[in-house]
Amino acid sequence: MSSASFGVSPKTNDRITVNKPSHVRAIVHTCLVIVVMLVLLGIPFWLLIVTAGKSQAEAIVPNMSLPSHWQLLENFKTVIVQGKMIPAFFGSIIVTVPSVFLALLFGSMASWILARRTTKPMAVVYALSISGLILPPAVVTVMMLLKMIGLAGTAPGMVGVYVGIYMSTVIFFVTGFIRTIPISLEEAARMDGASPMRIFFTIVLPLLGPTLSTATILVTLYIWNDVFYSLFILSGKMDLLPLNLYNVASAGLYLNNWHLIFAYIILMSLPLLIIFAFAEKKIISGITGGAVK
Amino acid sequence: MSTHGAKKPVSQQPGSNAKALLAKNYPVRYLAPAVLMLLVFFFVPTVLNFIYAFTNWSAFSKTIDFNGIDNFVQLFKSGTLVRDLRITLVYAILVAIFQNTFGLILAVFLERDTWINRFARVMFFVPVIMSALAVGYIWQAVLKSNGALNQILSFISGAHVDIAWLGSTTWTIVVVAAIHGWKWMGLAMLVFLAGLKTIDPDVIEAASIDGATGSQLFWKIKFPLLAPAFTFNVATSLLGSMNGFDIVQATTAGGPGGTTEILNIFVWRTFGQGLYSQSTTMSLVLFVMVMIIAIPLIWYLRRRESRIL
Repeated sequence: MSSASFGVSPKTNDRITVNKPSHVRAIVHTCLVIVVMLVLLGIPFWLLIVTAGKSQAEAIVPNMSLPSHWQLLENFKTVIVQGKMIPAFFGSIIVTVPSVFLALLFGSMASWILARRTTKPMAVVYALSISGLILPPAVVTVMMLLKMIGLAGTAPGMVGVYVGIYMSTVIFFVTGFIRTIPISLEEAARMDGASPMRIFFTIVLPLLGPTLSTATILVTLYIWNDVFYSLFILSGKMDLLPLNLYNVASAGLYLNNWHLIFAYIILMSLPLLIIFAFAEKKIISGITGGAVK
Repeated sequence: MSTHGAKKPVSQQPGSNAKALLAKNYPVRYLAPAVLMLLVFFFVPTVLNFIYAFTNWSAFSKTIDFNGIDNFVQLFKSGTLVRDLRITLVYAILVAIFQNTFGLILAVFLERDTWINRFARVMFFVPVIMSALAVGYIWQAVLKSNGALNQILSFISGAHVDIAWLGSTTWTIVVVAAIHGWKWMGLAMLVFLAGLKTIDPDVIEAASIDGATGSQLFWKIKFPLLAPAFTFNVATSLLGSMNGFDIVQATTAGGPGGTTEILNIFVWRTFGQGLYSQSTTMSLVLFVMVMIIAIPLIWYLRRRESRIL
């Protein structure tokens, strides 16, 4: 595509032509990128897809060869039933959506106060609020606490734990962002007699778009894919997608059912992959924008 | 009217009134939901962790009594405490090295905005959005002794290759850390790329006019200017791997012979056996370890940033 255009337009700015790699180098680079992708991504994902399409006999020793006869859909059917994927999908939804929503709402409300009230005590509250970014949650005792208040093994208990764990991430991102928003907007509204609630929900919150999308992406990724905390909190009383993968795989590895494990992995990854495929630009710019601030 | 009345004391006591105004305009009740959730689901369990690590809490005894530092002594005497601490530390360092080296190489390699580079960036981000557990199972299948990688190596070399990637008591931890690095390298790459984009092109141009070579350009100019991205990546990779579980559980479950048993694997295993106090004790050990390592490290990296920028 560029051989023609390259030949026609050598009369650009000298400086740019100097910095531009030669045509040969561009081709070599493209080939290198393809090779690196084939080795680093191609091998594991090829294995994932071909194994998910095999019969049990063929999948006992997972290898790179194509299945003699594709039975991907049959394997999907089997794992949807055996892995209880439909309840697990809805379980993941009713845990992830409220967790992300509450962490973002409560976190933004708190961040607004923490960003604007710059007193010593508030600095301490802020430091404590973001300590969860670093400190690992006490996973055994949180389980015991939930048992005492009757929330162990339930969706509300799981939501509470996730909100508690990822609140710090939200407060960290949002407080930093609010500090960069000029206070004059809020003051103008206050002159007009707007209440704090009105100011927060109609002026501050709409401005938080970019940072909230970063936080949403990160927190959703963590919660949707989490298995460690849900193993402790739910102890088998609820179906979540990663939890059921753990169960399918624990039984499946024993029986050498690689085709079922991999069929499950493909189905389970689809929701986030589809969202990613549609919002890839937004997600990538959201993450990079938030992280380097 | 009322504003007029409220304004009067301002001239008399500016300090206290400014505070009152702040309290009125930014009411503390907006903090309440977040603080409550943090308190109940984060801080109280953490405090309880400090208490229950000193008890004989287990599924087998009806009462819970304090037993001093017995749990620590027991874990120390059995050698598990030191072993798992060492393994977790080694794992975290290896993951930080792999994840950031892969990420940085990819970022430099894919820096220019060509279509193939953009496509590759998207593809390298796919492992990031997948479940770590799933990633672990896929790599287990790749690395099994009769798995895909050994078959490929056999095919290329023509001889029978039979490397026990996940069966070495010495090297498996390196392999598992590399898998962890593979899963997250797409995120590190994006963060480094964003850092590279913020570098002023004039600086690069000035250096190349002065005759800087490619590697000088990178190590003397680009790499130091990547300091904020470097802080973020090193901190998240270290914290993520010290608190890791999924990938190790899915690839080796702590084996062979306990040589990849990071702290959280122990916490989960002993919890499953009903040895709650041992589990809590190790959870506390992890907490203290993260505090001792992460806080000074992040402080140092931040200082490094402000020194450079």
